[in-house]
Amino acid sequence: MKRLLLASLFFIGLILIWHFIVVAEIWSPVLLPGPASVGSYLWAAATDGSLAEASWVTMKRLMIGYLIGCVIGLPLGMLTARSKTLNDTLGVLALGLQTLPSVCWVPLALLWFGQSESAMLFVVIMGTLWSVLIAVDNGVRNLPPIYTRAARTMGSNGFHTLRHVILPASMPYVISGMKQGWAFAWRSLMAAEIYVTLLTGYGLGHLLHFGRELNAMDQVIGIMLIIVLIGLLADKVLFSPWERFLHRRWGLNG
Amino acid sequence: MNLVTELANPPPAKLHINGVSKTFTTQRGSVHALDKATLTVSEGEFVCLVGPSGCGKSTLLNLIAGLDTFDSGTVQMDGQPVTGPGRERMMMFQEHALFPWLDVMGNVLFSLNLKPGLNKQEHVEVAKYYLQLVGLERFMHANIHELSGGMKQRVALARALAPNPRVLLMDEPFAALDAMTREQLYVDLQKICKAREKTVIFVTHNVREAVCLGNRVVLFSPNPGRIREEFIVNLPRPRDINDPALAGMAGEITKALKGHTAKPAEE
Repeated sequence: MKRLLLASLFFIGLILIWHFIVVAEIWSPVLLPGPASVGSYLWAAATDGSLAEASWVTMKRLMIGYLIGCVIGLPLGMLTARSKTLNDTLGVLALGLQTLPSVCWVPLALLWFGQSESAMLFVVIMGTLWSVLIAVDNGVRNLPPIYTRAARTMGSNGFHTLRHVILPASMPYVISGMKQGWAFAWRSLMAAEIYVTLLTGYGLGHLLHFGRELNAMDQVIGIMLIIVLIGLLADKVLFSPWERFLHRRWGLNG
Repeated sequence: MNLVTELANPPPAKLHINGVSKTFTTQRGSVHALDKATLTVSEGEFVCLVGPSGCGKSTLLNLIAGLDTFDSGTVQMDGQPVTGPGRERMMMFQEHALFPWLDVMGNVLFSLNLKPGLNKQEHVEVAKYYLQLVGLERFMHANIHELSGGMKQRVALARALAPNPRVLLMDEPFAALDAMTREQLYVDLQKICKAREKTVIFVTHNVREAVCLGNRVVLFSPNPGRIREEFIVNLPRPRDINDPALAGMAGEITKALKGHTAKPAEE
């Protein structure tokens, strides 16, 4: 409760500072609209449904791409960690591609898939896949060998060891890998949406882009706030419960 | 199979290790960890393997556990060659090696779930029995990180005992604990070994610990790892680690151990 109060005070303070800077007219209100005008834009966008629709379009792309990326990345990361051959081949490829900022996939995706949902999905998958793969690979690679040795003495082997020892033991790494993958997916999707106009649905990135084209600074800032809010919510809803579980069971911090 | 037969003591096993050698190849060259080791352990005997680091005592334990392969010689349990890990031979490590993603009960159940013959409810009953035996039934639902070092090793002991093995292999299980905790564990381990008749092979570098626990103390020397000498410990049980007679015998063995490690083994 005290923490909530403190956080609320902090953010109210920020909004007040913002308000006073605008009132002081240091910059033109065209460049820096006040919290009131951003708020009224958000209210209008919320009531006419455009905000909800854009958020839905964006979240749908993000979720589908992210899930596909994870579903491919998790097992591949396990495999590269366990097999020397795969590590020397796929592992090196993943390491290289992970360093490629995912927005760099946009031109290629456009040429391959055209201005379509597939192009968006492709960019999100590329943003997620490699970082998830590498995080899981790292996690599994660094598992204390004593776990599998102990399991072997108890009669566990093969798939049983994978399912009941390696998988749960690497969970802290898998969670942090998925969290990192989420961050990359989110960034790459925003970049792609700002970059590419799609007729199949306007996402938040598009609203941001239109805001710039219309010189509507209240829209630009408003949408940025929404993007931050979604990022925060995702962290709290998707990852916090897992991290709390890890903290309680493992005694880990973070 | 039911609970009564499950909790009954199976006859402890007889081990026969004959001329076993093992060489590890590392990047810096090869290490002759064990050289023609021969050792016979009779049913229900508590044998302690003692020696400085690198003398092959842990290597021998891993070979008996079936966790490693050896170059030559034979390892037999009741006349059957040991080819891999088996529930008949359970191992306890210096690190507790408990699984942090499971609670105390989950850890003990892990080894039981792999054993055919009992249903889930019976597994829980068996696990409870062993947790009670090591004095941790109240901590059934505790997380591993919440336990002290001594408690963790107790859980590890319960986990190793749970499938009712006939041989218990212990690799310096108390080395990382403080002296007070260790002394309590000596008392408890002797009690548990009396209740659950097992053939135990216990590796340690602590001679006093070996004399306190073992029926027999086997001395090793390094480079290459060899068995050098054996001492029968005939002190009455339960033994107290601070007993002067025990300390006297430990002193004698320590002297012998120093003699073996000082002079290089003849090739």
